[in-house]
Amino acid sequence: MRSAIVDDVIDVETLLAEVERDSNGATVLFVGTVRDQNNGHRVTGIEYACYTPMATRELSSICTEASERFATLDIVVEHRTGHLFVGEASVAIAVAHARRASAYEASRYIIEQVKRRLPIWKREEYTDGTREWVDPTAVVVVGPES
Amino acid sequence: MTVTALLFASYADVLQRESVDITLPNGSTVSDVVAHVRAMPGGGILPPSPLVAVNQEYARPDVVLASGDEVAIIPPVAGG
Repeated sequence: MRSAIVDDVIDVETLLAEVERDSNGATVLFVGTVRDQNNGHRVTGIEYACYTPMATRELSSICTEASERFATLDIVVEHRTGHLFVGEASVAIAVAHARRASAYEASRYIIEQVKRRLPIWKREEYTDGTREWVDPTAVVVVGPES
Repeated sequence: MTVTALLFASYADVLQRESVDITLPNGSTVSDVVAHVRAMPGGGILPPSPLVAVNQEYARPDVVLASGDEVAIIPPVAGG
């Protein structure tokens, strides 16, 4: 089991290799990537800011919880910070387990807890040159895309 | 006693700083730190009860602080 806040490109092949074990019958890889639009805005990139010491601890706690809940030690998670372009991976979660149901559930648990608890913030950059901190708690009215 | 409040993302932008040392009476709580920051110029960006972490662990508003504590005021998180 391993988790890290990183500031370089996430190599998903490395994560997959780390969770390999002959007793595992299922491996789930989740990769979160920067998409090119959000709430009607065209996005060119995202700057991820992080309270790194706490995020490191919190991510480790989340992995330990998932390990205990779903009975596997084969969990590797990396969350990237800094500037990312569209299409780059911001987070990757590799979980391997004897059974697929537990692998899927553990992966889902981790990403939902990451979104709820990890002290990380993202500032989206738009095609018109403006940028804005994302507030997932804000009420957003999505209009037609221009 | 003195504690250090940490600010991030939109909070840091609007308050134009990433940390502030705050001197408070002994026995002060997380809520007292939040009230202090909310009274600063730009502090209105903070909701009345924002997420707060003390020494890197999420903490309730009524947690009593000790001198030297690191009180992080956490904007809505957006990881993933």
